[in-house]
Amino acid sequence: MAEEMSRKPYVREMTSEWIFRHPRYVRYMTREFSCLFIGAWTLMLVCALARLSEGPEAWAAFLAGLKSPLIVAFHVVALAFAVYHSVTWFNLTPKALPLQLGEQFVPDGVISGAHFGAWAVLSIAILYLAGAF
Amino acid sequence: MAISNKPIVWGPFAAGGTLTAFLTPVLILLTLLAALGHAPDLLAYDRLQAFAGHWLAKLAIAGTVFLSLWSAAHRLRITCCDLGIRADILVATIVYAVALAGTGASVLYLLRI
Repeated sequence: MAEEMSRKPYVREMTSEWIFRHPRYVRYMTREFSCLFIGAWTLMLVCALARLSEGPEAWAAFLAGLKSPLIVAFHVVALAFAVYHSVTWFNLTPKALPLQLGEQFVPDGVISGAHFGAWAVLSIAILYLAGAF
Repeated sequence: MAISNKPIVWGPFAAGGTLTAFLTPVLILLTLLAALGHAPDLLAYDRLQAFAGHWLAKLAIAGTVFLSLWSAAHRLRITCCDLGIRADILVATIVYAVALAGTGASVLYLLRI
């Protein structure tokens, strides 16, 4: 559109140096970069489904392939990013889902606290059902 | 009324953000345990095969893959924009295509289990 109207459209210079101008921007970008790790882990899940569908030998080979220092390191970093994403997401829930009871708004801490509680219960339940302990 | 495709893109992003917030850390923990040589019982072939053999589990797994990949794709697209990459249409096409291809592949594999 702009190109059609003007022969010399002004395109503002944009670099990534703004990220380091304020700690808040660094935290924002850290949260945004969690998508790389969550996405990569999910693509690994798709590969796992492929191996599982190929039978017991393929699945055993997949599990054996996980046991490498590089994969462990990836998991540790991905876990840290995923947890950071969860914490920031639940801290935002009072803004995204403000809840009004009668005249009063439910306090922010109660809404995010309920999410953190549900997260803990769900995580422990899944670990238990999966036989992790 | 203005026609916009934003809700279609943004809906699965918000749903995926919530789902990954609740689910992804514990799922990563499960495969981390496997990578450390302490694979949880669920990851034994027979148990996982039986679990993923149920249609409800298939539906849940496919849904999880779709929402996780879509929200990651959408966030990556916005991040590219934040980093000053201006080719939004190209970026959007690539990231959403990868998300849909991953979902399609997982559905295909699930149907074979």
